[in-house]
Amino acid sequence: MTLVIALGCVAALLVVACLAVAVSRSRLASSIVYGACLLGPVVGLGCGLTGLLAGATPVPAIALPLGLPWIGAHFRLDALSAFFLVVVNFGAAGASLFALGYGRDEEQPERVLPFYAAFLAGMNLVVLADDAFTFLVSWEFMSLSSCALVMAHHRDPENVKAGYIYIVMASIGTLALLLAFGALAGANGGYAFDAIRAAAPSAGIAALVFCLVLFGAGSKAGLVPLHIWLPLAHPAAPSHVSALMSGVMTKVAVYGFVRIAFDLLGPPVWWWSMVVLAIGSATAVLGILYATLQRDLKKLLAYSTVENIGVIFTGLGLALAFKASNMLAAAALAATAALFHVFNHATFKSLLFFGAGAVLKATGERDIEKLGGLIHRMPHTAFAVLVGCVAISALPPLNGFVSEWLTFQAILLSPELPQWGLKFTVPAAGALLALSAALAAACFVRAFGMTFLGRPRTPIAERAQETDRFSLAVMFVFAALCLLAGILPGIVIDGLAPAVQSIVGARMPVQISSPWLSIVPVVESRSSYNGLLVFAFALSTASLAAYAIHRAASNALRRAPPWDCGYPDATPITQYSADSFSQPIRRVFGTVVFRASERVEMPPPMDPRPARLTVRLQDLIYDGLYAPVALGVMAAAERLNALQFLTIRQYLSLVFFALVSLLTVLALWP
Amino acid sequence: MAVILDLAVQGAQMMLVLLLAPLLTGLTRKVKARILSRRGPPLLQPYRDLIRLLCKDAVLAENASWLFRVTPYIVFAATWIAAALIPTFATGLLFSWSADMIAIIAFLATARFFLALAGLDVGTSFGGIGSSREVMIASLAEPAMLMTVFTLALIAGSTQLSTVAAFMASGNVGLRVSLGLALIALIMVAIAENARIPVDNPATHLELTMVHEAMVLEYSARHLALIELAASLKLLLYISLIACVFVPWGLAPVGAGWAAYAIAVAAYPAKLAVGAILLALFETSIAKMRVFRVPQFLGAALMLGLLATLLRFVSAGL
Repeated sequence: MTLVIALGCVAALLVVACLAVAVSRSRLASSIVYGACLLGPVVGLGCGLTGLLAGATPVPAIALPLGLPWIGAHFRLDALSAFFLVVVNFGAAGASLFALGYGRDEEQPERVLPFYAAFLAGMNLVVLADDAFTFLVSWEFMSLSSCALVMAHHRDPENVKAGYIYIVMASIGTLALLLAFGALAGANGGYAFDAIRAAAPSAGIAALVFCLVLFGAGSKAGLVPLHIWLPLAHPAAPSHVSALMSGVMTKVAVYGFVRIAFDLLGPPVWWWSMVVLAIGSATAVLGILYATLQRDLKKLLAYSTVENIGVIFTGLGLALAFKASNMLAAAALAATAALFHVFNHATFKSLLFFGAGAVLKATGERDIEKLGGLIHRMPHTAFAVLVGCVAISALPPLNGFVSEWLTFQAILLSPELPQWGLKFTVPAAGALLALSAALAAACFVRAFGMTFLGRPRTPIAERAQETDRFSLAVMFVFAALCLLAGILPGIVIDGLAPAVQSIVGARMPVQISSPWLSIVPVVESRSSYNGLLVFAFALSTASLAAYAIHRAASNALRRAPPWDCGYPDATPITQYSADSFSQPIRRVFGTVVFRASERVEMPPPMDPRPARLTVRLQDLIYDGLYAPVALGVMAAAERLNALQFLTIRQYLSLVFFALVSLLTVLALWP
Repeated sequence: MAVILDLAVQGAQMMLVLLLAPLLTGLTRKVKARILSRRGPPLLQPYRDLIRLLCKDAVLAENASWLFRVTPYIVFAATWIAAALIPTFATGLLFSWSADMIAIIAFLATARFFLALAGLDVGTSFGGIGSSREVMIASLAEPAMLMTVFTLALIAGSTQLSTVAAFMASGNVGLRVSLGLALIALIMVAIAENARIPVDNPATHLELTMVHEAMVLEYSARHLALIELAASLKLLLYISLIACVFVPWGLAPVGAGWAAYAIAVAAYPAKLAVGAILLALFETSIAKMRVFRVPQFLGAALMLGLLATLLRFVSAGL
C-alpha cells in the first residue's frame, strides 16, 4: 500500500510537471506548482517513514507494464529505499516550501517549474526502482531534469558552461552504471534486482562492477577527482534547486552506490574498502580546502558538499571493510554513521543553501567579500544559518557532531581488522577526517563571519531586508531538526536500524532503552554520548552564569565606538576580508595542494600607485586530469572532422565495411 | 547513598576546577616573573582582576550584535563542561558517560568557533587577524589532539576519560612507545591551544604578534571576565588532562574510602603546581616563533599523533 501511494505521488508530480508547462505563464503558477510539489513529497515522506519504521513483511513490490515490454518496470520499497525516500522527500518538501516564497520573483518561471516537479519525480523513482532498466531511466531522468534547472538562467555564460560540464559528467557516470548493470545481469539476462542478487558474479566481474559503480555513482555524488561539475552546477541553479541538488541528489547517488555495492554485488572483498576509504577521506580534505578558499557563497557550500560526501564514503568504506571481515557489529556502527551523516547533511546543507538563497534575494550578491553585517538587517536568517554552520562544523550538541563521533568510534574498532593494507589506510583516513572536521569549522567561521558579521562592505549589504515568511519558516524547521537530531540521536539511530540491517546484516544495539537517552555504540564502558544532557547542562550553565553575573555583579551596558587598539578603522573596506581571512590556511595547505603563490608589487617610495597583491591558485586536478582529456577529445574531433566531407561513394563503402566487420566479429564470437 | 556521593564528587569537581583555575594562572605568572628576577603580581591577582572586571560597566562597540554578547557565556559554559569531565582527583565521575574525550575536544572547538565569530563581529582588523590565525592554528591542533585521543583510546579500549585514567592508574600499561609519542604531541597541542609561548604570547599586546588577545580585543568588563576565566579553565583542563592520563597516581578510584579521597585532593593541587612551574620554565626558556612557523610545530604534533596511532594499529604491544 505504501509503495502504491509513493508511486501515486510520483505520478502526481509528473502530471504537475506537464501542467506546469501549460500554466507557467499565469501569475499564480509558481504558488500552485510549489504547493503541489510540497504536498506530494509530504505524502511521500509519510510513505517512507511508514516503510522504514513499520517494516512490512513481505516487502511491498510492484511490477508495472511500463518501459520495455519484456521487462516491465519493477518497484520495491525495502528499508534502504524507505530511508532514502525519507531523505529525498524531506528535502524536497523543504525546498518546495522555501520556493513558495523564494520562487515568486523568478523571472522566467516556465524554465523552472516543469523541470522542478520532474526532478522531484525522478529522484523518487530512482530510490523506488527494482530493476536495472527502471533504475537507469530514472537516474537519467533525474540528471536531465536537473541539468535543465542548472540552465534555467541560460543567458549567463557561466551557467552555460556549468550545464555543459554537468551533462558531460552525468552522461559518463550513467554510462559507467550502464556497463556495471550489464556485467551484473542475472541468469538469462535478468535485469530485475532479484535476479541480479540471485546470480553471484565471479571475482573479476565483481571487482569490475565495483569500480564502475564507484565511478558512476561517485561522479554523481562528487567524489574527488570526479567532482569538478558539482561546484559549477549546484550554484548555477536557483537556490532551492541548489539545496535539492546538494542536499538530496548527491544522497540519491550515495543510494545508488550502497544499493549496488552492499546489496546487489554480494559479499564484499576487503580491498574495495581500501579504495573507498582512500578516495573518501581525500575527498573530505580536498573538498573543504577548496571550500575554505571560495568567495562565492553558493560555491563554497557546493565544495563543502564534496567534503561531506567524502565523510559519508569514509563511513561506507569502513562498513565495507568490517563486512568483508565479517565483523558485523562494527559494520553496523560504520553504516549507521554513514547513513546518519546522509540525513544530517541533507538537513544542514539544505538549510545553508536556503540561507544563501535568502541572502541572494536580499542583496543580489553571492560574493561574501561584498556582504557583511547582515546579522543586523536579517536577524532571523542569521540565526538559522548560524545553527546550520555550527551543525556542519561537527560541533556539539548539534547533529553533525553525532555522525562524526560515530565514524570515529567505528575507526577505533578497526585495529582488529586482519588486513595489513587496512591497518595503514584506516588511521590515515581517520587523521584526514579529523583534519577535514577542523577545517570545516574554519571554513564556516569565515563564511558566516564575512556574510553576517562585521560592517556592511557595500551599500547593497547595508540595505538588505529580512526574507519572506515561508523561507524563514522552513529554515527554522530545519534548524530545529539539526538540534533535535543532535540531542536525541538515539531515536535517529533506532530509526536507521532497519536500513542498516538490510545492507550489512546487523544493526546497532537498541538505543532508546539506554538510560537518560544516551547513545552507546558498543558497550558503555567503551564509549557513550548524551546529547540531551550535554545540551541541558550547557544551557543551564550559561544561563546560570548570566543570571548570577547580572544579579550579583553588574548589568550596566554602554555603547561606544570600537576600540581596535586605539586606531578604529575609518571605512568598512579596511575590515578583514574573506581572502585575508583564509590567507593563513592558503599558505599552510594551499602551497602544496593548489600550488598557491603570492606576489606583492610594491611601488617604490614617492610613487603614488597602490601596492598590489596577486594570488595565483592552480586546480591541479583539472589541469592534470581533465585538461589533457579535453585536449585529446578536441584533437580527435579535429581529425574526425574530415569525415564530414566525404563523397557518397566513400560513405557507402564505410557503411559496408562497418557492417562486414561487425558480422565477422559476431561470427567469430564464441 | 552511592548516587549522592557520586553527585557530591561531581559537584566538588566542578567547583574545584572553577576555583583553582585563576590560581593556576596566577602561579604561572608568578613563577615566570621570579625566573625573570621580577617580583611579579601576587598569586591571588587573577581573582582580583576577575572581580574588578565583573563589577565594571560593560562597553560594547556600536555595531556589536547579540552574538557578541552571547559568546562569552557560550565559551564559558563549553569550557567549564569540558573541564568538569576531566578526572582531577577521582575517576568514575557521575557524568563522565555523557561525553567522552572526543566530545571534550569538540566542546573546546565549540568555544573556539564562537570566539572566532565574535572576533569578526565588530568588523575591525585586529579581530579579523586574531580569528583568522586562531582557526589556522586550530585546524592543525585539533586533528593532532584527536590522534592523541585515538592512541589513548586504543590503549585503554575506551574513549571515556574516566575509564582511560582508571586503566592508566591500574598498572597494566607499562612503558610504550606510542604513549611517549602521544605525550609529546599532547604537550605541543596544549601549548598551542592555550596560546602560550612559543605559539602565542598571553601577556602581549603588541598588535602584530597576538592571536588570542587580538580576537578578544573588543571585550570588556563581565564579558572579558568570563573569557579570561574560560582561558584559565582551559589551561587547567589541559594540565589536568595530561596529569590524569600520564601521572595517574593518587587518583581516587570508584567507591574509594575517605583516605583515598583525602590523598587525591592533596595530590591534585601538587600536580597542577608542578605543571604550572614546568610551563613557566618552558616559556621563559624559549622564544616566540613567527606565525608561519606554527604550522610546522603543529604539523610535527599531528605526525607524532598519527605515528602513535599507527603503532597501535600495527601492534598491540607498542
